[in-house]
Parts: sequence; C-alpha cells; structure tokens
Amino acid sequence: MSGLTLSGVTLRLAGRTLLGPLDLRVAPGEIATVMGPSGGGKSTLLAFLCGTLDPAFAAEGTAALDGVALTGLPPEKRRVGILFQDDLLFPHLSVGGNLAFALPREVKDRAGAVAAALAEAELPGYENRDPATLSGGQRARVALMRALLARPRAILLDEPFAKLDAELRGRMRDFVFAHIGARNIPCLLVTHDPEDARAAGGPIVRL
Amino acid sequence: MLRSAPALTLALFLGPIVAGLAGTALPAFGYLPALGGHAPSLDPFVRLFEQPGLGRGVALTILSGFAATLLSLAVAAGFCAAAYGTRSFARAQSFLAPLLATPHAALAIGFAFLVAPSGWIARLISPEISGWARPPDLASVNDPWGLALVAGLALKETPYLLLCLTAALGRSDVGRAVTLARTLGYGPFMAWAKIGLPRLYPSIRLPVYAVLAFGLSNVELALILGPTNPPTLAVTIVRWAADPHLDLFFPAAAAALLQLALVLGAIGAWRAGEIVLARAAARWRIAGARGRSPSPWAGLARGALAINFAVAAAALLVLALWSLAAAWRFPDDLPSAWTLANWTREGPRLAAPAGTTLALAALATLLAMALAVACLENESRRGVDGRRALWALYVPLLVPQVAFLIGAQALLVALGADGAFAALVWAHLIFVLPYVFLALAEPWRDFDPRYARAAACLGAGPTRVFFAIKLPMLLRPLLAAAAIGFAVSTALYLPTLFAGAGRWTTLTTEAVALASGGDRRVLAVYAFAQAALPLLVYGAALALPAWLHRNRRGMR
Repeated sequence: MSGLTLSGVTLRLAGRTLLGPLDLRVAPGEIATVMGPSGGGKSTLLAFLCGTLDPAFAAEGTAALDGVALTGLPPEKRRVGILFQDDLLFPHLSVGGNLAFALPREVKDRAGAVAAALAEAELPGYENRDPATLSGGQRARVALMRALLARPRAILLDEPFAKLDAELRGRMRDFVFAHIGARNIPCLLVTHDPEDARAAGGPIVRL
Repeated sequence: MLRSAPALTLALFLGPIVAGLAGTALPAFGYLPALGGHAPSLDPFVRLFEQPGLGRGVALTILSGFAATLLSLAVAAGFCAAAYGTRSFARAQSFLAPLLATPHAALAIGFAFLVAPSGWIARLISPEISGWARPPDLASVNDPWGLALVAGLALKETPYLLLCLTAALGRSDVGRAVTLARTLGYGPFMAWAKIGLPRLYPSIRLPVYAVLAFGLSNVELALILGPTNPPTLAVTIVRWAADPHLDLFFPAAAAALLQLALVLGAIGAWRAGEIVLARAAARWRIAGARGRSPSPWAGLARGALAINFAVAAAALLVLALWSLAAAWRFPDDLPSAWTLANWTREGPRLAAPAGTTLALAALATLLAMALAVACLENESRRGVDGRRALWALYVPLLVPQVAFLIGAQALLVALGADGAFAALVWAHLIFVLPYVFLALAEPWRDFDPRYARAAACLGAGPTRVFFAIKLPMLLRPLLAAAAIGFAVSTALYLPTLFAGAGRWTTLTTEAVALASGGDRRVLAVYAFAQAALPLLVYGAALALPAWLHRNRRGMR
C-alpha cells in the first residue's frame, strides 16, 4: 500500500491525551493538512512520524510508509523529510555544504546535484554563500531543497510559512507545493492558517 | 559504551581522591608499614600538636583564607552592582579570561616583584618621593600577617568570581529584576543587595566554596607571598612530607587531616553565615530603604577592580622587564642595560620543563575533553539531567589538594608507580576535568536539539550528526574549554610535585622552586614562560574559530 498511513495514533504526555486516536491516509502526490490550535500536539505528531519524539511522550498506534512500518526505525532510516518553521540551515556550512549534507552518499556528481538544486531554487551560483547572509525567503527555499535532496519518500511540513511575511507567504507556499507535487510523494502539513489548508487542496483533519 | 561514560568519569576522578584520603588517614593514625608504622596510634597527632607555632600557623591559614574570599566576593559583587549595564561592565569581561588563564604562581611572583621592598613600585617612587636610596626595611611580602598572601589570592579569585557572577547573570533574568528595582527608586547597590545578589548567589555558591577552600589550603601562593615563620598549615605539611627524615611523614599526614577538617569546617561556617545573613536580611529587604544614588560604594568597587586588573598587568610587565634586564639597580625606574642573555642562557634548561608542561597539559586536557563530551553527549541523547552531579564535579576543588595527594603519593609508592608519567597525567586530569566539564556543560545543554533532529531527518546517523553538525557547531566552546583545561594544568603545582615524585619538573614547579631566592632575572624567565604558555593557547583558542568562521555570520 503506497503512501503514508496512520492508524490509531494516540499521543500522551504525563497521562494526558494530547491527540488521537488518529487515522489518516495520505496518497502519493497528495498534501493532507492537520489543523488545530497551538499546543494541540501537531508538532508532536510530526516528531512521532519522523522518529524524533521526546521520550517524555507516550505514543500508541502505527504509522507506515509505502507499506513498511515506520515505528521503531531511527529517524535516519525512515526517509521522512521535514521542514520546520525555522529553516535550521546549519550555520557552520555554506549554502552548498548544507545541500551536499543532505545528498545520499551514492550520488557521485555532488557538485552537479547541488548546482541543479540551487538553480531550481532560483539561487544559481550561491554554493559558497554564508546562509546567514541570505534573505528569509532565500533561506526557506534552500531549506526545502535540502529536505528534497535527501530523497525522502514522504515529507512533513511543520508550519513552514508561519514566520514569513504575508506577501512572501503566498509565493513560498506555491513554490513548496509545486516542488513537492513534482516528486509525487505523500505530504503532511500541520498549520493553524486556513489559507495553507485551502492551498494544499488535500484532505483536512481538525484536531 | 557511551552509557558507561558517567560512571567511568566519576571513577577516574573521584577514585583517586577517595583512595588518597584513605592513604592519608592510615599514616595519620600511625599505620604505614613501609615507614615502620605497624600499629594504629595517636602519636602522629600528639607530635603534630607539639609543634611550636602550629596554633599561629592555623590562625594565619584561617584568617588569610576568609579574608581573601570575603574581599574577592565583595569586589566582584560590588562591581556588578556598580557597573552592570554600563560599558565598563562589558569592557571588564574582556580582561577576565586572559587574567584567569594566567597561572597563580606567575602572577604571585610578578606581584612580589612589584610590592617587595626592592620592588618596582618602591623603585618608581624612589628616591624622589619616598626618599629611599636603599630598599626600605619593610615586610611587604612574606609579612607575618599574611596580607601579601591575601592580596595575591584576591588578585585571581576576584576575576574568577566576577566571571561566575556574569555567567549566572546571563542565564537568568536577574538583570531585568534589578533594573525593575531601580525603577522603583532603589539605588544601584540597594537593588543589587536586595534583589540581584540573593538571586544569583545560589548559582555561585559552589565557586565561592572552591575559592574559600583554595584560600585555606593553597601551597604555591603561600610559599611565594605568605608568612614564613610560622608559615600556613599547607606549607608546613608539604615541608614535612618532603623532609629527608621520613619519620615526619606521620605528623604530615595528621596535619593533612587537620587541613581537611579546617576546610570542611570553614565551608560549614560559611554556610551557617549565609543562613544567618539571609534570616537577618529577610525583613531588611522589604523595609523599603532605597539607598543612595549614585552609591558612595560604586567608586570604591570600580576602583578596586581597576586596581586588580592594573596590578595583574603590571605584574606580567615587570616579569617581562626583569627577564630582559642585564642590570637593574635600586632605585632606577627601569633596567639600565637590556639583554636577551637571560633567555638564551636559560633556554636550554627551560626546554625540558616546558616540554613536560606542554605534554602534560595537552594530554590531561584531551582526556578531560573526551570524558566530558562523552558524559554530556550521553546526557543529551538519553534525555537525563546531569545537573545533579554538580557537587561531584566540585569535590576536587573543595577537598584540599594536600589532604589526598599525600595519601595518593604513599599509594603510588606502594604500587611502584610514583613518578610514572601516566600517574602525573592522571593527577592533572582530576583538576582539569571539573573546569573543562563546567565550561562545556552550558553550551552543550543549550545546543538547539532541532539541528540534530533536522540532520537525522536528512538521513544522517547519530555518529555523522555528532561529527558533522554538533562538534563543528560547538567548536568555539570546545576550544575555549580546551584553553581553560590547558591553563589549569599549566598552573598546577602540588599535584605535579606529589605525583611526579621529583622526577618531572614543569615550568610551575621550577618557578616556585626558584622563587625562594636567587636571581630575579632567572626567576622572571621561568615565571614569564609559565604565564606565556597558557596565554598563547588561549589566544589560539580565540583566533582559530574566528578565522575558520570568518565567512559564517551565524557562528559569531
């Protein structure tokens, strides 16, 4: 069964149920949206899916990607990419270094792959730039390219447009959704902005 | 393997302390078959208390230890009150690290060169102001009241406590609380005394105890600046332990236990004082007295710290001058003839102790870094809170060195390992580890875990995340911790003396040995070299990340 499947996912903190039980299926190329108030466990759900859940939380239920159970795998084996509100570009690496970090080892023409990704992000020739010198929109585009270069089989978006100003938000949304759509992978977006959900065009779950 | 790091670390640095204390306690009660002590007895204590001058030596120890701690704390806290939020507070910060990297012994020797009757200050004011044509007959160092010792201790402990206060300030919102108190009409000193210091004190309590313990038990400063007849207790212990009459080892061990009791008693008394003061101040804090603004104390506190910095800088300068002097007669302001001969003549003899100092500091620091990083990484991966272990880290700084080093030496002799280089490295590790750990703990715990998570979600395993993301992002604190560890090792005197069994000399042991007399020019060469080594390392630790990250604004 292809796509991302969540069955009976329940998250608890200190005995209190934060979320769930949640059942959801996201098909390849689809962008599903989880909406809810802040503090409602949306980010915790994404941490559960990418394998970085804080041990303080208790999780029940299963998640599977293309028919393979994710639960129990360490994050680096899941091939689930994630974009956060902050771009989290590594400050000690150049823009090109950040992208090359994400490239799988078996890719031989690393410089070529990085250059192609930068061209796609409308930042050609930015390999040696210091990420701290880029604008917010440029950083967000690099962060997306970095997530995609790792060749994820699913991608999670954790309010990735919340920190951008209104004008940039719309353009960034189009950019992100277009690139994810081109990969034909399932995508799960958490947000509290209804505009995001509408633009995503997929199923919407309200918490 | 990472899971066993905390246990291994504790065993490595607390094990020798516990074993050493046991090794001290046995001969203190008469048991050390190798030296003919076969049955337990109180004889060592009887002999200890029969020593003439013991009471005065103990009194001097207590007075100088408390006086130095009170003075250092008063100036450090007073400067915070006087200067917090001003430009001079920020400027003072840049002086702290290099001053702390300078070994005690080098500073003390330079200080003696300044204030001795024939010192630089006397030369500068003679004969015009003072009228002295010859050095006056003053006991301005090695004075019988221990005043020079107190000044020498405060010279380095004040900046240390100021650094601790600044770090605690940065981790809390106390600065804003003090500003708020100011807007309620409190003068700067009252705002600090009533709001700032009570909140910051808990986080500098252990450093204050460490300063007190060091003041009561240090040997090298007491040898260089302290009273001679009788000297402080710690000096007496080291003399007896090194005496060719091996029989004196028994009262030396008994005195080491007395030293331990003295330090523990002093910390207990200080704690009692804290409680009494807190009780007494509870009502005063809310009684509404605003204090004067500007405070009359502000100038005094700023002046005291300025003098501290100036004296430290002058102490290093006078070492440099003497090391380059061919002739410097009293009362000339400066040497009348300059030469490099002191350095070229002493150079070959300097090489071996300098090499030992370097190798010892590098090895002890590397080991300490590896252990500290393993513990902290274990903590962050398993989500455990390592802050509970803070007391354990301070054990080597609170237990007087001499109390367990004497016993550790006896154990090393029994094992045939005295004078082994590995034993020496281990002895240094005990003191380097706490400082390295404390320097790394905050940056490690503050590291934004989202970077590691982001890297893991890009497909990087824990090892790659650690080496490609975490270590390089923490390069600056790592190098700073290395510089601190290096400086601590370079400055160690007693651990080198005891674990080295006279077979290994460092720049510090040479400088302290030469300080008891002889040629100022030779002593200046050793003391200056001793100070220069950690300062160079500190400079490199500062310059390297700045250079590597010159094109990375996010890493500044």
